[in-house]
Amino acid sequence: MDLLGLTIKDIEESLKKGVFSCQELVKESFSTIKKHDKKINAFLTLNEEQALKQANHYDNLIKKDKNIFDEKPLLGIPVALKDLFTTKDIRTTAGSKIIGDYNPPFDATVVKKLIDAGAIIIGKTNEDAWGHGSSGENTDYEVTRNPYDLNRVPGGSSSGSGAAVAYGGVLVGTGTDTGSSVRLPAGFCNLVGLKPTYGRVSRYGIIAMASSFDSIGHMTRTVYDNAKVLEVTAGVDPFDSTTVPIKVDQYTKKLGQSIKGMKIGLPKEYFVKGLDDKVSNSIKNSLKILEKLGATVKEVSLPHTDYAMAAYYILVPSEVSSNLSRYDGIRYGGSREMFGAEAKRRIMLGSYTLSSGYYDAYYLKAAKVRTLIKRDFENAFKEVDVLIVPTSPTLPFKIGEKVDDPLQMYLSDIFLCPVNLAGIPGLNVQSGFVDGFPVGMQIIGPQFSEELLYKVAYLFEQETQYYKIRPKFKNG
Amino acid sequence: MSKKTLSTEEILHIAKLGNLTLTEKEVELFKKQLSSVIEYIDKLQEVDTKNVEPLSQTTGLTDIFRKDEPDEKRTLIPEEALKNTKSKENNLFKVKAVLTE
Repeated sequence: MDLLGLTIKDIEESLKKGVFSCQELVKESFSTIKKHDKKINAFLTLNEEQALKQANHYDNLIKKDKNIFDEKPLLGIPVALKDLFTTKDIRTTAGSKIIGDYNPPFDATVVKKLIDAGAIIIGKTNEDAWGHGSSGENTDYEVTRNPYDLNRVPGGSSSGSGAAVAYGGVLVGTGTDTGSSVRLPAGFCNLVGLKPTYGRVSRYGIIAMASSFDSIGHMTRTVYDNAKVLEVTAGVDPFDSTTVPIKVDQYTKKLGQSIKGMKIGLPKEYFVKGLDDKVSNSIKNSLKILEKLGATVKEVSLPHTDYAMAAYYILVPSEVSSNLSRYDGIRYGGSREMFGAEAKRRIMLGSYTLSSGYYDAYYLKAAKVRTLIKRDFENAFKEVDVLIVPTSPTLPFKIGEKVDDPLQMYLSDIFLCPVNLAGIPGLNVQSGFVDGFPVGMQIIGPQFSEELLYKVAYLFEQETQYYKIRPKFKNG
Repeated sequence: MSKKTLSTEEILHIAKLGNLTLTEKEVELFKKQLSSVIEYIDKLQEVDTKNVEPLSQTTGLTDIFRKDEPDEKRTLIPEEALKNTKSKENNLFKVKAVLTE
């Protein structure tokens, strides 16, 4: 058995037929992690004993009732949780040493939903501390490495979840996406990564970064698996008043339907200087494939794109400085001196942009620009059904390349953060490979159009099948 | 646009607002790094935002209420609420005195 050769659908069939047991599956997950993780550093905490116990329990349930999968659609599926996801009695660090010994007394809503659906929690994954970063290097622990090339970053901030799914340690890795943090690691690790519409998935129990941006997503190797997980995690939660009471679609049901006549927009502001030619060519090839599948492609304009990053780096640090004020060492965790450099930078930046005399010039101005950026997208969606843009302007970069220059690191998210400003969904699918590295492509749609994004992504994936390419552990 | 440089006083002031204490080395490093970020974000001043409303709630939800009743399945008992603190007394968090006589 080999997790990289399996999908959620395959696992359900195999468990039903008794090809392998839940316990065998979970053991395989841990043996793969033990084989690779000393070098990759995807995990901060493993939940082995509990996971095996749960697997044994599920094996007994399956023996009694083969229809158990109707009730528990993710039965037996090995899942890794980013360490911002609060887990009852499993250490939750946010990638930070301040709460390195935090043992939460409750589960996040999404964690509870995954467990109720039968998913098996394999462990907690490494990340840029508090979700602050694009490479994984801002962790207070060991830096996570890209399974395709260990000298390169896996993308962040959900770095460990991306790497763990990519090397076959788990089928699903959860993440949070405030400006890039699910889509960038998905793009750098050959995965499907969803940033859902703001409010589609509950934030309750997810350690907050910037509350008006945080979107709770996940990474998988295939589109079907990704859609299947969203069916479980999406929906209203009375504990998060920003979850939206719109019906949750059966996202897997429309996969395979034609996209004939669909209009795809190519925002001209994204294909400019700074975009690697190889990345640009890969996206253009992918558009040809989508045209072959019946879609039409036209150029559109998102005129305020150039200001998105600046608005983002005012609004997000402002919210960060407020959210991180609760880490005062009283109720849990250590003192504020233990914050890493990036958390300190963001707290200070946010304190600056919110401070007396600067609030109007920075925070209020950025909040108005946010309106303009959202309006740009709304106008574009009057002309086209979805937009396609590169996920990253470059291939996965080298570890250490951007650590001394925070501004350059921030600019890695330039094609991703506008989506968070507008609260719309974005889905990373693989556009192809260049020089042995994965190249990600982002499909963007209007609010609550996840079903449509999956439909486009699925047909493209059926045609290209890049998910079958495995990591080579170069420089390992 | 003029080149923006934060002074040592400004760095120490915003650190204090964020309840952070910095080493001398950090003051110098952050002065340089934050100045370059602030110079970058200053480009928003170019955008015409006359008659534009600010946005923070992207899906437009307002006034969401629930009944003011505790859900016992999701309420913590004192032992659970206190289990991660290093400083407690009589089922309470113990903190340093804020007020002086």
